Amino acid sequence: MSLSKIKFNKKIVLSFWIILIALIIAAPSLLPVFRLNLLGRYLSLSIVALGVDLIWGYTGLLSLGQGIFFALGGYCAAMYLQITSSSEFPNNIPEFFALYGVEKLPFFWEPFRSPVFTFFAIWIIPALVSGLIGFLVFRNRIKGVYFSILTQASLLVFFNFFNGQQKLINGTNGLKTDVTELFGQMVGSESMQRLFFWLTAILVIGAWFFAKWVVKGRFGNILIGIRDDEPRVRFTGYNPVIFKTIIFSIAGGLAGISGALYTVQSGIVSPQFMTVPFSIEMVIWVAVGGRGTLLGAILGAVLINYAKSLVSEALPASWMFIQGGLFILVVTSLPEGVLGWIQGDGPRNALQKFGFKRKIETYPSLEINNKEGNNE
Amino acid sequence: MNNRDLLNLIDITVSFEGFLALNKLNLNLKKGELRAVIGPNGAGKTTFLDVITGKVRPTKGEVIFKGKSLIGRKEHKIARLGVGRKFQSPRIFENLTVKENLEISVTTPKSPLNLINKNIKEEQLDEIERLMKIVNLSQKVNSKAGSLSHGQKQWLEIAMLVGQKPDLMLVDEPVAGLTDEETDLTADLLKSLSGDNTVVVIDHDMEFIRRLDSNVSVLNQGTVLCEGTMETIQKDKKVIDVYLGRPED
Repeated sequence: MSLSKIKFNKKIVLSFWIILIALIIAAPSLLPVFRLNLLGRYLSLSIVALGVDLIWGYTGLLSLGQGIFFALGGYCAAMYLQITSSSEFPNNIPEFFALYGVEKLPFFWEPFRSPVFTFFAIWIIPALVSGLIGFLVFRNRIKGVYFSILTQASLLVFFNFFNGQQKLINGTNGLKTDVTELFGQMVGSESMQRLFFWLTAILVIGAWFFAKWVVKGRFGNILIGIRDDEPRVRFTGYNPVIFKTIIFSIAGGLAGISGALYTVQSGIVSPQFMTVPFSIEMVIWVAVGGRGTLLGAILGAVLINYAKSLVSEALPASWMFIQGGLFILVVTSLPEGVLGWIQGDGPRNALQKFGFKRKIETYPSLEINNKEGNNE
Repeated sequence: MNNRDLLNLIDITVSFEGFLALNKLNLNLKKGELRAVIGPNGAGKTTFLDVITGKVRPTKGEVIFKGKSLIGRKEHKIARLGVGRKFQSPRIFENLTVKENLEISVTTPKSPLNLINKNIKEEQLDEIERLMKIVNLSQKVNSKAGSLSHGQKQWLEIAMLVGQKPDLMLVDEPVAGLTDEETDLTADLLKSLSGDNTVVVIDHDMEFIRRLDSNVSVLNQGTVLCEGTMETIQKDKKVIDVYLGRPED
């Protein structure tokens, strides 16, 4: 039985790959730019979902504050774009500063003149911030629902700060990127958007491999151990604080990359990225897709968001009900998420319920297992 | 206290909001000794292990292990110093396979960098093979630990404990819920471990303790009531009163 299961999983993974690569190659020519841009955005959201799966699905840390790191990555990218495209504005600083009478660029903007600095800042700054928050929380052994509340509270702190700082980062209006220039081209232009789509697709695959590498082997097993029985890990001689800090920091870095890609494709970064519902949605994508599967996180993020935009176009205002319904469905009947259900015995059980006979595994399969397992 | 002692507990007092779980407990363990600890419910047996492993910080007293004080050290540091613990109910990682469970225990150094960068060492794989043979789990290498029977889980946890190569093994009720046959095998296993390792076994099961054929400490109300061989203990009047019950009962 275990053998057929492995083959089954391999089939899923293989078909996923074929569909994925076909989609990525075909998408730019098949989809109108508007749809392509939407798909690109949702693909970038799947990177933050991968991070949520690493910390929640594998390590058991339910963070409701991933929006912080997502937005930080977005702001890093937007600050670079704004400042490199500000030569025609008064004082050579981004246009919005003039509205608030700011004449000198705030100091923390300066390093963002450098593309190299920005390239690293997009993922290192969120990773450092999440690592710091994580370390302080984990060191004090704050766990479970208290951890979730704390991350949500941090999210609100960041939201309020960014929302109120007009003179530093344009406050509630956010930073626009679509009319800025990158490599001499408008960021919002069709050719740039197509480029960002490719970049996102490649980075999603890269992030997926990276996440798989992190959870495979003993490091991943320790994460699962922490999720299932943290004191046991401690009494075996491991320090869970370090492991949790590292994985939370990795999730933060992924969120930053995700936020930057999302920002350049949606044309703006604003404190709206740090609202409470958005961070909860990230958790829902992973829950629906399947916790602890990685692939489920990607599929959940892309499909739910795509469904969201399609439903919102047809029946505005109904999406929230559908999303709530999805979440309730998953919590009550698919606790492992859709992918977890498929990988388990879900489909066969369901067929059985509808009257299809199920192949019963009896002695023959036991014998086969014996022959493979041991040579008694 | 002398130099051959591995562990000294000196006047340990643990107070939970006024309730004395341990009351001036003194206990010395020699290197290579097998020691059984018995006592009625609430005598402080598990708290006694909690103090040694760093889970509970004593209100007063001193714990000396290999000449170093353990007070104030974190659990994982104490574990790395060489104190291993098996819990009362089997605590294994049910979502990992038998092999993965053992990998977690035998891996050294236990740092994130080592775990993510390097493959497990050859000699550690050999050690896992050896452990699985000892506890009869060789055929279950790639089974999820959660699918094992209760007895096998107990044994897997003992194997994980041995795999940590601790100088001191603390074993809390290893035979709870085991069949008679499994109990006998466990007793033999623990006896074979002592000598190289120092082992402390906590249990209720008198037959099992008798089989261990070791020195016994009787705990009652947070303090050591009596120490000696099983025969001495059984004749001790205080012990009979609080624990064994009078012969006519």
